[in-house]
Amino acid sequence: MPEVVAVLGTYQSQFKLRHPELTFVEQAQHAAFGALQAAGMTPDDIDAIVFSLAPTAFMGVADADRWSIDHIFGAGKPMMRVHTGGATGGSVVHAAHALVRSGMFRTVMIVGAERISETPDAQKVLNQIFDPFYEKEMPLQTITTVALMANAYMQRHAITQEHLAHLVVRQRRSAMNNPHAHLKGNITIADVMASPMISYPFKRFDCCPRSSGSAAMIVGNLDSVREHQSKPAFINGVGSVSDSNWIGDRIVPTAHADFIDWKLMALAGRECFRRAGITDPINQIQVAEVYDAFSIQGLIQLEQLGFCSSGTAFRLECDDAWDIDGMVAVCPSGGTLCSNPIAVSGLVRAIEAANQVMGTAGGHQIPNVRNAVATAVGGIAQFLSCTVFGADIMKEH
Amino acid sequence: MSGNTAEPARGYLTEQVTLRYDYAFGEVVGTFMDGLKNRKILATRCSKSAMVYLPPRAFCERSFEKCDSWVEAGHEGVIEASTIVVRGFEGSRPPPIAVAYVRLDGVDSAIVNYVEGLDLSDVEAAMRRICPGTRVSVEFIDEPQGSITDFHYRLLTDDGSAARAGGR
Repeated sequence: MPEVVAVLGTYQSQFKLRHPELTFVEQAQHAAFGALQAAGMTPDDIDAIVFSLAPTAFMGVADADRWSIDHIFGAGKPMMRVHTGGATGGSVVHAAHALVRSGMFRTVMIVGAERISETPDAQKVLNQIFDPFYEKEMPLQTITTVALMANAYMQRHAITQEHLAHLVVRQRRSAMNNPHAHLKGNITIADVMASPMISYPFKRFDCCPRSSGSAAMIVGNLDSVREHQSKPAFINGVGSVSDSNWIGDRIVPTAHADFIDWKLMALAGRECFRRAGITDPINQIQVAEVYDAFSIQGLIQLEQLGFCSSGTAFRLECDDAWDIDGMVAVCPSGGTLCSNPIAVSGLVRAIEAANQVMGTAGGHQIPNVRNAVATAVGGIAQFLSCTVFGADIMKEH
Repeated sequence: MSGNTAEPARGYLTEQVTLRYDYAFGEVVGTFMDGLKNRKILATRCSKSAMVYLPPRAFCERSFEKCDSWVEAGHEGVIEASTIVVRGFEGSRPPPIAVAYVRLDGVDSAIVNYVEGLDLSDVEAAMRRICPGTRVSVEFIDEPQGSITDFHYRLLTDDGSAARAGGR
């Protein structure tokens, strides 16, 4: 019998431009220590460690999983690094889930840190992910490539920049209740529209900040739940899928999974929801922490996850369907749009979803959450993951 | 370095890293680049799946068979996705820059390049002129070198002919 897997404790730092009072490894240590404290555990209670570390060129020390070993109490334990770009923080949860579910380990600590502003050349780093022969010469990085997709989506579904701005206003407002969030505040649609154009249709306020911060989550089997956590969040569903590197293959009639509408997320969601017993997401799921580095990204995922039909999510946005008191609370934390420490952003989505189920989300807690979904997105949406956290054990998965 | 005296920074150690790379072409990239020198955009085709790929591939990602022929892509095509980069990334050309993924005639996939000859003074108006579905033509530079910047895209003129300022 596969083991039941549950979240025992979580930690996230404040996210901001820089943490000059700490080094990278000290940030990771804060997260490891914080999650252990939240779960009432000591390093000896941890059987294995999964390190959440995306491109290290942002913070400069290559492959800093090694640099971090001592600080996260890793010496003497099995430890692996997982890296799927922005999806890293989703993939680490899936890796840790598999390690516990298989019975290999009783408890696994997921931990990571990020400091993108250690270099002023972050966009140059992101340009380095492209094919050197055909693509790197062009001004391609995450903002411009998502902008390419966004223009096609908006043309297809008659979505305007004001639709996107409505979401930015909502999430910055929600983030005011989240002490960890980097960007927050009462802004207007006019403020978003007046922010400087970066890559059409994205203006500065449509884009996430470059965040520094750290996060950790400890997961364990049912025995460890009995010992350490009276109100856990059960990891009931996981689903992930990857797609072609070539953007030009994914926006044409022969595409395997149309990138303009993010059909790939439907595949990840279907697998995840099947495992979690979710057949009617809008009525079974109360919180969706979708990974939205840009204003367009999160709601497209909601469409593909079956919360609404394709092309309708931004119209529902303008009816306040996704607000904290709407049909489903979408990113009540403010989301990746308000804080993007890339290496742990997906993990923060998972932590936020788990905390909502455990009732520990603090000022942005949504009442009576039975199920919450978290997603993560990596590369130019080549890596997608979807995870459902539930208050009840889903046994038949 | 931090530029913010409010932060309790104890100091910074500054490093600048320069790394050099020579990316080997291999057969497929090499054939494509040689084609550019002759003002040809060469795609690979798999006879089993009938897929035609740009950028060219050694193996078909649908049939998992070797792509078994080279075909010349048309010098016109349709924009599948486009954007205008206004600021925020200091690439090899100063913004504003228009880029588009174009599916060239006879090819199944789209390949990215600059869109030249577009008035970018009004970004909104320029975006409307390069919206998905718009047909464009390929224009080569005067002396192709065997690199991706040997060609770029250009809007067709109102009468449907290619607005060519040079090249073939």
